[in-house]
Amino acid sequence: MEEVLTRPSAVSGISRALRTEEMVINMGPQHPSTHGVLRLEVVADGEIVVDVVPHMGYLHRCFEKHCEHMTNYQQVIPYADRMDYVAAMSNEFGFVVAMERLLKITVPERVEYIRVIMAEFSRIVSHLIAIGTYGMDIGAFTPFLYCMRDRERVLDIFEQTCGARLLYNYMWVGGLSHDVPPNFAEKVKDFCTYFRPKIKELNDLLSYNKIFIERTANVGVLPAPVAVNYACSGPVLRGSGVKWDLRKNDPYSMYDRLDFEIPVGKGLRGTVGDCWDRYMVRIHEMEQSVNIIEQAVAKLPAGDVQSAIPKRIRPDAGEIYVRTETPKGELGYYIISDGSATPFRIKVKSPCFVNLSALPAISRGAMIADMVAILGSIDIVLGEVDR
Amino acid sequence: MIPQEVFNSLKMRFGDGILEATLDGVPNPFIRVAPRQMKEVALFLRDDEHLLFDVLMCLSGVDYTGGKLGVVYHLHSMTHNHKIVLKADVTVEDPHVASVESVWKTANWHEREAFDLYGIVFDGHSDLRRILLPDDWVGHPLRKDYQVPEFYNGMKVPY
Amino acid sequence: MKEFLISVLQNEILVYSLMAVLPLIWVIPFALFAVWWERKISAHMQDRLGPMRTGGWHGWSQTIADILKLIQKEDIIPTAADRKLFILAPYVVFVGAYAAYAAIPFSAAYIGSEINIGLFYVISISSLVVIGLLMAGWASNNKWSLFGAMRSAAQIVSYEIPVALALLAVVMVAGTFDLQEINRAQSGWFWNWYVFQKFPLLFIAMVIYFIASLAETNRTPFDIPEAESELVGGYHTEYGGMRFALLFLSEYANMFAVSAIASTLFFGGWNSPFGDFLSGPWWGLFWFLFKGMAFIFLQMWLRWTLPRLRVDQLMYVGWKVLIPFAFVVVIGVGFWVMAVR
Repeated sequence: MEEVLTRPSAVSGISRALRTEEMVINMGPQHPSTHGVLRLEVVADGEIVVDVVPHMGYLHRCFEKHCEHMTNYQQVIPYADRMDYVAAMSNEFGFVVAMERLLKITVPERVEYIRVIMAEFSRIVSHLIAIGTYGMDIGAFTPFLYCMRDRERVLDIFEQTCGARLLYNYMWVGGLSHDVPPNFAEKVKDFCTYFRPKIKELNDLLSYNKIFIERTANVGVLPAPVAVNYACSGPVLRGSGVKWDLRKNDPYSMYDRLDFEIPVGKGLRGTVGDCWDRYMVRIHEMEQSVNIIEQAVAKLPAGDVQSAIPKRIRPDAGEIYVRTETPKGELGYYIISDGSATPFRIKVKSPCFVNLSALPAISRGAMIADMVAILGSIDIVLGEVDR
Repeated sequence: MIPQEVFNSLKMRFGDGILEATLDGVPNPFIRVAPRQMKEVALFLRDDEHLLFDVLMCLSGVDYTGGKLGVVYHLHSMTHNHKIVLKADVTVEDPHVASVESVWKTANWHEREAFDLYGIVFDGHSDLRRILLPDDWVGHPLRKDYQVPEFYNGMKVPY
Repeated sequence: MKEFLISVLQNEILVYSLMAVLPLIWVIPFALFAVWWERKISAHMQDRLGPMRTGGWHGWSQTIADILKLIQKEDIIPTAADRKLFILAPYVVFVGAYAAYAAIPFSAAYIGSEINIGLFYVISISSLVVIGLLMAGWASNNKWSLFGAMRSAAQIVSYEIPVALALLAVVMVAGTFDLQEINRAQSGWFWNWYVFQKFPLLFIAMVIYFIASLAETNRTPFDIPEAESELVGGYHTEYGGMRFALLFLSEYANMFAVSAIASTLFFGGWNSPFGDFLSGPWWGLFWFLFKGMAFIFLQMWLRWTLPRLRVDQLMYVGWKVLIPFAFVVVIGVGFWVMAVR
């Protein structure tokens, strides 16, 4: 599997009689904790990490090249789903918002409300996976299954709406593929009442557990200026204390009409910007998402979800860059149109790609066991990193 | 700061380095910059107190067909909450742009990706190698005239 | 028991060999059912069901089916591995775990070998496991296995000290290393058990011993050596088939040995908690196994609840928390015993 590659240790002050060498260890591409196919080349001096070089591209599926050969902009949506396959609704949301701004279409109110509900559900679902797998990486196996159990409820709602559990093809340019089922509002309200105590249960079991805090507090500290310079976004940026959320700072869809808070890392158990802060931001975001869903479903207006879907999508020549807040961070679509029905260029700025680029900077000096904790707290999905 | 003011500051400072701008009638106003001066322009945009563009949102390579490539920079300022777009146009024969990696660290991987998929060379980049494709891949796939190779390391590519 | 067997079989060597094998009758079925038990307990704690089909009722024969499968597997030894050590390692681990059963009293009538340094022997022989783990990790020729083995060696060696100190407190109170004597000294109702004597010092000793024994058997929260999410499998990554089954079996044998010591030294061993009611040689066996299984349940419960300690935190807990407390307990118990005498 690996050859023993060594480099002379850069640590000075070691006497010549005791020559140590740094070991190059491969984490991945097959590894239980790298959340996908990612190869981390870790240069370690004993247990201390000296450098980390991520190698990716194992899941590169040529999304951008495919887009240039499509006959219709709507065909991009299933491909967009498959980038961040854990929270597929958010990817679709970003794309349709970008296209609707480019085409200058307004969608019916009902569509906006349903889209926001679905996006917030996908935020809950993505954070449940992030938290569950994070607990499993740290060694607590039980919260993962509790998170999966709660996730199944949300996937049931998705399945009843659009027929798919994981990859939906639900949000189309100008509307939605299906209207919601008749008892949608009750199901959603049931879920919200069911889920709030489960977050508390998760907190009791994992978040405030002393061993968990010891493993994650003061580990992988990302200072705010470094995070901004690396263009980190999402819980990674907010965990470092920067109160920046596109839903409030650069609103799209109907987020400006909703009342919710932005959780920020405060360093309550360690330093601001450590793994525990990022993890707690995700827990609090789930609570806020439940609030948003309840508000939106209470005011859901009537309407036709397919009335604004254009028959032919042929935008004028031009370009646009629109970013939306997905569970992982800021997802940006840069769409260049040349006036035809085929996209000229669609570039996706994926939040996981950018957040992962900060990994070497924050893991120098950590231990190998901490590598797993840091990687888990950044919460990457390789489908989005590699596109 | 509105895009016109950004353009004026840049023009005053860099003169010929700033080529032209399209500021009206488009959702994202953009300014074209000479590729070799990209780094100084970037440094000025990041550090000038009225501009303070501290976040590089996106760096994309584009193939405009006809042998013309380009790099598009989407910048954003968190302190002043304004945005601007920079464009640098190069040709296939001379695809060199100054690297902005030292200005915004996030550009490191973005520029590697643009190099990997378009073949645009970023001068001054610390570690310009392929990121998404294997290190020994031949060709730059996202170019419009890209031909898929027949074989890669003995494996048949199109199947 | 020994005299009875000698009188029947008339051949001392045969009798001794038989008694050496006798605990296997417990250990092997126990290991099989402990794996099933662990899977059921973990499943119910995680809001799912676990094995349900094999054998009909709640999948009780799941492990037996697994063992049958493992026996049929191809025996793979990595090319670059050190063959002799690779093959020998699981046996060394098993020997270290099983040899402890020689001096553990299963009942008033049965103990493999009633030596007057029983406890001392048990603790020392179970340290052989470390050598086996190191052999397994080294011989696999795999960086991850080596990491697991080194961590494991550091962990087990460090936690031997709190174990020894906690047990020393009991020995001071009992006045003997002989495990059968210690059992007899706790006869009567349950308030005679050592965990309630010299209160609260021996209670603290019990807690220290229990925590340190989790580290001895590589159970969460001290399961760094086999940390699945970090090191794939630690020292047993490269093992498959029957060798892996043997390593696994040894882990459960070790778990029971450790639980048996805890129940013998602190909770009365084969004594009934109700004095003379429900006591006798066969009842003694029942109580002994029951108490051992209760500790096993506790170990499994902790495994599925707590996350894992990082290796330097593990060392910190061992050296800077458990050992000072253990010292305090030993000194306290020492003074108490002297004062009473």
